[in-house]
Amino acid sequence: MVYISKRNRRREKDKEIAANNRRELIAAGFKRRDLLKMGLLTSAGMLIPKKGLSARPLTSAGFVDDDEPNSPPTTPFQELMPRLQVLAPVASLTPAPTIAPNTAAGEGRTVAHQAFAQFPPQRFYEMTQQQGTALMAPAGELPPQTIWGFNGITPGPMIVERYGNLGSPGNGSILVRQRNNLPTVNGGFGLPSVTTHLHNGHTPLESDGFPCFFIAPGQFYDYHYPNVYAGINSTHPGSGDIKEAMHSLWYHDHRIDHTAENTYKGLAGTYILFNEFDTGDENTGFRLPSFGDGQNPLTSFDIYMVFNDKVFDNQTGLLKFDLFNTDGILGDKFLVNGKIQPVLHVSPRRYRFRWLNTGPSRFYQLFVLGPNNSTKSFWQISVDGNLLEKPVQVTSSRFSVAERVDVIVDFTGQAGKTFYLENRLEQDDGRGPDGDVVGAGQGDKILKIIVDGPVVPDNSIDPATIPANQAVYFYGFPNTNDAPRITRTFRFERGNGQWQVNGQLVGSCNAAPRFAIKRNTVERWIFQNNSGGWQHPIHMHFEEFQTLSINGQAPASTGLITRGRKDVFRLEHNMEAKVYFRFRDFVGRFPLHCHNVVHEDHAMMVLGVIDDVGDNKTQP
Amino acid sequence: MTDLKRRNLVAALGAAPFVLPVLTAAQSVGSGSKFKVIPSRERIRDRYFPNLSLTTQQGRTVKFYDDLVKDKIVIFNMFYAKCEGICSPVTRNLVRVQKLLGDHLGKDRLGKDIFIYSFSLKPKEDNVAALKHYAEMHKVGPGWLFLTGKPDDMELLRRKLGFVDPDPELDKDLSNHIGVLKYGNEPLERWGGCPGMQAPDAIVEAVSWVDWPENEASLKGGTR
Repeated sequence: MVYISKRNRRREKDKEIAANNRRELIAAGFKRRDLLKMGLLTSAGMLIPKKGLSARPLTSAGFVDDDEPNSPPTTPFQELMPRLQVLAPVASLTPAPTIAPNTAAGEGRTVAHQAFAQFPPQRFYEMTQQQGTALMAPAGELPPQTIWGFNGITPGPMIVERYGNLGSPGNGSILVRQRNNLPTVNGGFGLPSVTTHLHNGHTPLESDGFPCFFIAPGQFYDYHYPNVYAGINSTHPGSGDIKEAMHSLWYHDHRIDHTAENTYKGLAGTYILFNEFDTGDENTGFRLPSFGDGQNPLTSFDIYMVFNDKVFDNQTGLLKFDLFNTDGILGDKFLVNGKIQPVLHVSPRRYRFRWLNTGPSRFYQLFVLGPNNSTKSFWQISVDGNLLEKPVQVTSSRFSVAERVDVIVDFTGQAGKTFYLENRLEQDDGRGPDGDVVGAGQGDKILKIIVDGPVVPDNSIDPATIPANQAVYFYGFPNTNDAPRITRTFRFERGNGQWQVNGQLVGSCNAAPRFAIKRNTVERWIFQNNSGGWQHPIHMHFEEFQTLSINGQAPASTGLITRGRKDVFRLEHNMEAKVYFRFRDFVGRFPLHCHNVVHEDHAMMVLGVIDDVGDNKTQP
Repeated sequence: MTDLKRRNLVAALGAAPFVLPVLTAAQSVGSGSKFKVIPSRERIRDRYFPNLSLTTQQGRTVKFYDDLVKDKIVIFNMFYAKCEGICSPVTRNLVRVQKLLGDHLGKDRLGKDIFIYSFSLKPKEDNVAALKHYAEMHKVGPGWLFLTGKPDDMELLRRKLGFVDPDPELDKDLSNHIGVLKYGNEPLERWGGCPGMQAPDAIVEAVSWVDWPENEASLKGGTR
């Protein structure tokens, strides 16, 4: 005991010294090369000491040692960043989808589709969740990894769909059949029991991927996504509220208690919705950079980038998941679309990048690093896949787990130059970032972007040409003036080493819902984090919210943007936020939870229901 | 499930995780590779389950991995006998969990393939007599061991199993380690954690999710 606690004290002291050293070095203007020479920086651009797996990784000698770099070395910027495969619809499904669960045929759904007759599916998709093999590093540097993926790949295939035009909302309706073909033998982590959440569709809740609606190997589940705007059956009958449009979504496993390991093992993919305004064609509508076919570099300028961080076992080279961590897991390797620190070649023109952080626990603040440690500004156009009022010029975007940021980066006139996406937000453990943002070139370079593509036409809008006095270029935000039926408070905290919401634990899947929201009403929620040590990305399913205030202040529309419709609230240290929700159109079960998936798996979740009665619990 | 059937299953499953990763890795790691081919079950053992000598409330000496974890479904928690705070509520909750586990998964399985292990946070105080008294006071069922050992060993075990707070000051507060359970199925390599004060049926549900494949019905969701 004495030995260990001494060791702990020494370790804490070392950490403090290291942090001070690092700050001093940066303040003194040391360059990357100097730090490398001094052995203070790894080739991946990580400052040493840097924690890997978690707050308590173990050395091979069995000691807890924060300062051990965990993963084997990999050479950055060798592999091309893959463009995500687009999933093709299928002509039909066998057996044909049914409104009632087709239990006899092996469907694991237990609740009938509530909007199937109103919005019959127009297109069908099918995916199988299964084991696959992935190369995440240059050949020979890491062995092929065994992953679990949608159709055996990670990230899973991208669904690219369109809302029905205003006035014909049913044309966007699709049905996705998910099959579970995962193996019983998991190779070290992962539970072969799954439920797929479409984050954050306005989806009838039996198709939302409720954490307890999971299926076993051999079963399937039909998810009906009407792809309609909120308000369709309430405030805006026949069309829905166009201001509720969502464009960058993603889907992922949401298995209660096992989401972290299952998503870390690969069960996550992307989902794009276009409409007659955000068309995917830069010659029409908002004229955002064209999506093309998503593959051809000469015609596809709208690129989804999925970020995550992982650790690899330094003996076997295989993906490693910290089974007993409850704080949050940090990787020391940064992946984009499944490859560690890849390279993207672009043409000298504007691009739309859709950034998604799938976690498990890291927060990012991304900068575009240019030549000579310059920082290139760019245009942020959305938060959580929802367009802002107009593009906002920023020098960085911060996003925690599950948040999405769409940006326009203009490489016009930059031919021959090289840029990097650089994460400058320091984070040492699963508790969240400590708030330090390091200087240009001192962070983790995640993606190399080389402007060496051919010159191609660019008909996309140059956000710089939107008049400064034009308040709204996209849809504008819905109003927040309707009176809330109720104000509820949710306190996210830790007690006796366990995660709690309002002092309570998530409870059994069989327990009664903790609270009930009345359909087609407005609610005001207060999110509280009284801790100076922890941060929590708080996610509510089914509806987007608007932030009314953060610590009493209006949300920011510049800098690190917190204004706009969101579905993840980044609840930082000692923060209280008021948010505004309209719950419309559909009913059923939902979770409200922390999206640090390790916290989520350890009870930081509330399971509620939307029904036609509601309740008056102010602190559910 | 009878003990005989369980043993067969353990034998079959016990072999599988060792064989499959070897095949995968052998295909993937070429000759001269810097990486070793080690089955994931073995890596988990090496990473988390040091084969330390521990003493039970009956005064028996046991090896942590060989005797307590290998081939079993296990639930881990932390306690100490003279704890005034959360220990007793968690232990009482686990007594209910143990009974429910018997009701739902089979009474004959407690102490056969399903075990609960409570590790002392104050091994200097918690001698065999103290453990025995604590166990008898709470009327625990079969297959529930209260364990003590050398202080350094118990501290290593606590850290290995993740009963830690990243804030060193909070880590000193023992009550922060008592509210958490870890559970898993060792040969199946399925592991999880949950709060010790979670409703007993929720804990039983969580344990059922790591049960043997013949109980795979638990991996299907419900109407809830």
